[in-house]
Amino acid sequence: MSLPHPQSGDDGRLLHFLDLDGLSRETLTQILDTAETLAPVGERRVRTVPLLRGRTVANLFFENSTRTRTAFELAAKRLSADVLNIDLVSSSTAKGESLLDTLRVLEALQADMFVVRHSQSGAARFIARHVAPSVAVINGGDGQHAHPTQGLLDVFTIRRHKPDFDQLVVVLIGDIVHSRVARSDLAALSILGAAEIRVVGPRTLVPADVAALGGRFMPRLDEALIGADVIMGLRLQRERMEGAAVPSSGEFFRHYGLTRERLALAKPDAIVMHPGPTNRGVEIAGDVADGPQSVILEQVTAGLAVRMAVMSMVLGNRAGQA
Amino acid sequence: MSVHDRSTVDGWLEAMATRLDAFVAEHPASAFIGIRRGGVDVARLLHRRVAPRAPLGELDIAFYRDDFGTVGLHPTVGPSSIDFDLHDRPLILIDDVLGTGRTVRAALNELFDFGRPSRVLLAVLVERDGHELPIRADVAGQRLSVPRDHHIDFDARAHRVSVTRRKTDRETDRETDR
Repeated sequence: MSLPHPQSGDDGRLLHFLDLDGLSRETLTQILDTAETLAPVGERRVRTVPLLRGRTVANLFFENSTRTRTAFELAAKRLSADVLNIDLVSSSTAKGESLLDTLRVLEALQADMFVVRHSQSGAARFIARHVAPSVAVINGGDGQHAHPTQGLLDVFTIRRHKPDFDQLVVVLIGDIVHSRVARSDLAALSILGAAEIRVVGPRTLVPADVAALGGRFMPRLDEALIGADVIMGLRLQRERMEGAAVPSSGEFFRHYGLTRERLALAKPDAIVMHPGPTNRGVEIAGDVADGPQSVILEQVTAGLAVRMAVMSMVLGNRAGQA
Repeated sequence: MSVHDRSTVDGWLEAMATRLDAFVAEHPASAFIGIRRGGVDVARLLHRRVAPRAPLGELDIAFYRDDFGTVGLHPTVGPSSIDFDLHDRPLILIDDVLGTGRTVRAALNELFDFGRPSRVLLAVLVERDGHELPIRADVAGQRLSVPRDHHIDFDARAHRVSVTRRKTDRETDRETDR
């Protein structure tokens, strides 16, 4: 039995933001356009707009994350919301309180939105189903399932450099199978109609159903880079590299590391992306990460604008509710 | 529905321009700011006529409206574009129609997030009745008294102002159902 997607209301408007699957190109484009309008707020004398004044956003992080939490926190603050950061890694859940009890307590604090980061796939969706109707849930990354705002900020960054997605050749490199970022990137690129998404990595780190996700597996990086517009590295988590199925850091870099020589195989105006944190000398050479084609820091700034857009749209779509 | 044609509307614009000439002569550092969307068209016309070398900006108030809690996020047409420092500068804030005053309130709030202007003059093509806030135009091309359920629209290409009765929700529904 499959339950209806709890993300959208009866009229199709987003009431939560849980994953990109099933989102229309129109909705995705609307989010990106809103983000584009919000982006310049960060360059003004006063870097806030009063949209979410008086609202409370609670960051519920069941898994450690500095970057994502900080980005969500700053995005909410730029919308003038009050922000609660609740570190659940070391708090009541560790003391044995159930997730649902924790939710009830947070609802009693009258938060309007939960941003959820959890190591288990499906956690955000579970919470969206069990939360009070007045609370919106944003997925800040769940297990190996999805990291939808990262997918958004990646296509936002790409669109600024290369707006014609139907001409776009994207190369995704590395640990795809464990990566919620890769899944969300594949979803976002497919929705926007990217011409070709090449997926490169050790066979053991590429999911068998990558074609169903919109990607095409290519075993050799050098071949995949030819004609590429966008090259996205993914973090190879060192903790997983002890496994027998995964090559050593040095071996990985030799086969899949993005070096200057390899980058020269792509289009001259290709952009280099990475969700961070980067492992220099593992997925990417330092001079490429810092080089003129790198947009890695632009991705970070874009993360603020897309998160502001998602938060204001989701809460705006709930307008008029008691 | 009633229509004010080009020659009438040009007369209104000319009257505004004369008033603004005097203001700009007194405040040579003045900048022009149009409120999207209708106000931008009026601002462009006046800017060209009064002080074509003065800075000209556009304000999109979508993120400053006071009805987010009831109607949500308004569609936006792009970010506000003010590429000059408005701190300590006299500003001429321009809209096509001043009604309730809520748009101007939102615009003033947004302006102050860009800096602290030395003063703000409000110039509108049409000031109608129905004020809900203590905001009045300093310069108005024309004052019109129209029923509450009527809508005033400025067509920048034809320089035409039309007054039409706003459709009720039921009428709109009936049309979309068709």
